[in-house]
Amino acid sequence: MKLTRRETLALGLAATTVTVLPFRAVAAAEDQIAAFTGGADIGSGDITLTAPEIAENGNTVPIGVEAPGAVSIMVLAMGNPNPDVGTFNFGPLAGSQSASTRIRLAGTQDVLAIAKMGDGSFIQTSSTVKVTIGGCGG
Amino acid sequence: MISRRDFLQAAMATSALYGASGFGNWSRLAAQQALSQDDLLSFETSGNVTLIHITDVHAQLKPVWFREPEINLGVGEAAGQPPHVTGADYRKLYGIADGSAAHYALTHNDFSALAQGYGKMGGLDRVATVVKAIRADRSDALLLDGGDTWQGSLTALRTNGQDMVNAMNALGVDAMTSHWEFTLGIDRVTDIVENELNFPFLGANIFDTEWDEPAYEPYQMFERGGVQIAVIGQAFPYMPIANPGWMFPGLSFGVRQERMAEVVQEVRDAGAELVVVLSHNGFDVDRKLAANVPGIDVILTGHTHDALPEPLLVGKTHLIASGSHGKFLSRLDLDVQGGELRGVNHKLIPIFSDVIAPDPEMAALIEAERAPYADELAEVIGQTESLLYRRGNFNGTWDDLICDALLEVREADIALSPGFRWGASLIPGSDIRREDIFNATAMSYPNAYRSEMTGETLHVILEDVADNLFNPDPYYQQGGDMVRVGGMGYRIDVSQPQGSRITDMTLLKTGEPIDAAKTYTVAGWASVNEGTEGPPIWDVVEEHVKRIGTVSMTPNDSVKVTGV
Repeated sequence: MKLTRRETLALGLAATTVTVLPFRAVAAAEDQIAAFTGGADIGSGDITLTAPEIAENGNTVPIGVEAPGAVSIMVLAMGNPNPDVGTFNFGPLAGSQSASTRIRLAGTQDVLAIAKMGDGSFIQTSSTVKVTIGGCGG
Repeated sequence: MISRRDFLQAAMATSALYGASGFGNWSRLAAQQALSQDDLLSFETSGNVTLIHITDVHAQLKPVWFREPEINLGVGEAAGQPPHVTGADYRKLYGIADGSAAHYALTHNDFSALAQGYGKMGGLDRVATVVKAIRADRSDALLLDGGDTWQGSLTALRTNGQDMVNAMNALGVDAMTSHWEFTLGIDRVTDIVENELNFPFLGANIFDTEWDEPAYEPYQMFERGGVQIAVIGQAFPYMPIANPGWMFPGLSFGVRQERMAEVVQEVRDAGAELVVVLSHNGFDVDRKLAANVPGIDVILTGHTHDALPEPLLVGKTHLIASGSHGKFLSRLDLDVQGGELRGVNHKLIPIFSDVIAPDPEMAALIEAERAPYADELAEVIGQTESLLYRRGNFNGTWDDLICDALLEVREADIALSPGFRWGASLIPGSDIRREDIFNATAMSYPNAYRSEMTGETLHVILEDVADNLFNPDPYYQQGGDMVRVGGMGYRIDVSQPQGSRITDMTLLKTGEPIDAAKTYTVAGWASVNEGTEGPPIWDVVEEHVKRIGTVSMTPNDSVKVTGV
């Protein structure tokens, strides 16, 4: 599998230092999406985002994405000060269009995955990951 | 004296073959006559496979009183659905007569009065009698333990769960899953699993954090009555969040629905004709799992301590709820033909300790386990004039007493006590023995802290816990009750989203609103943080009870609930 990916962990760690960035995270996410899709419509389809319902440790949350037939999958943490997690690109020889990593989440939020398909269309899915202080189960 | 019986003769047929299940058959089948062991055990053996389910015993070797909840709210799709039905509504739903044995066992009303008549329930020596009787009918019946077994009593605490391991080995358990087991620490769990247990410790959803690989056996295959049976274990999903993760570093849990679907497929491919999930998810999580993962015949639910007299059918999956503290045992006779579940015959067997004779061997084992601690267990610390109970979404008198102890002994403004669902009850007129205090507090991270918190922090804590209970999606619920609060009142609208449920926080001693910016002295226990300092909570409670001598609790109306 040919996989080029950004340093998602490093990005996640960087998020701690940018909590006072002067722009709104949602606006930043919208810009990211627009840059990725070029403003095209985003549908739904065969795209899977695997993430825990409740994070065991918000500093390192395991996630996985899979979209058969995708050439590229972008992952956004919509509630982070810097929502950009990373974009996974898949070459024509990729055995499967799937990837996994660990991300940092500043709090309870939606994680969004958008896949660019081989025909140039876009599909997305999202999952809410809860970050909790915990301690009272039983 | 036990004066009547109208119990649990419901051989509920839930498949097309045996006819439709429905609420209300129960009373019709029940007879009004004296409660006897034969009646409690009577069961028409059917099919070719028998499952016996016990769960959430919480280390109760001896019979106890345990009052079922008055308030047990469901949200989202679970609103108003079993098990979120209590009191008179519950009795009406299942056709249970007021004042009957079933009323006493399954609902909260008139608990103290009925407890005088019907006596304590549970006791593993009585459970052993029932298990042996079932195995006399069907020698290869599978006995499955849903976990929360090794924690909850003084003896389990002192022996690091050894008393319960010995008892469950003697009982002949065939497989178990887990939750509080891990609060003994990973080294002790490993020692027990590798060296002590006579049966597998299953958890399909337990992974190691480093390589994300399965850490425990996900399932065990059994052949019974010519049927290939897969028992898949599902441990409590929120272990490192609800309990101290530092006690079992390197383990990751989670609902992991996709994983469950894979394991179900794997066991079907391996020839399983019957797929049973032995679960510690909690009832609502299992209801959603059953709807989303095809191919599961039976889910033996646990964690949320619900007891239901009939299976609840979700699609083709039968959900069984067998209560807690050894009060009940479920028997399921299943007819499996050609790889398909054709018939289900179910009975929730109540363990009335004055009716079911103790099994002599298990009774001897229990006495031997308790003997080294006999004096300590029996010491009378005080008396209670009030019913002391814990179960319920918002508060109970046991936790009111614990919060009073924290406020007085730790000299705090506000006290927090976790919303655990374990803890036996005490009826009015009882001595409070040391054993009783440990039955409400025994666990491995008991330190009663005293710290400063702002009003804002307190609000965040209450909102966080409330969402663990009232998030409309069960996969986001952790299955405990609301944190109990002493010295502070609040209003909760359970229909609101997180951040908007809790309002009108009030410091009771002054009547003033809690100020978000102001700092308050808060005492509590069971912090999941490593290095928490303070005396163990049982010492705090003991000191308080000794000071006051006789406990008398006034009704607690400091929590106002809306949005139901």
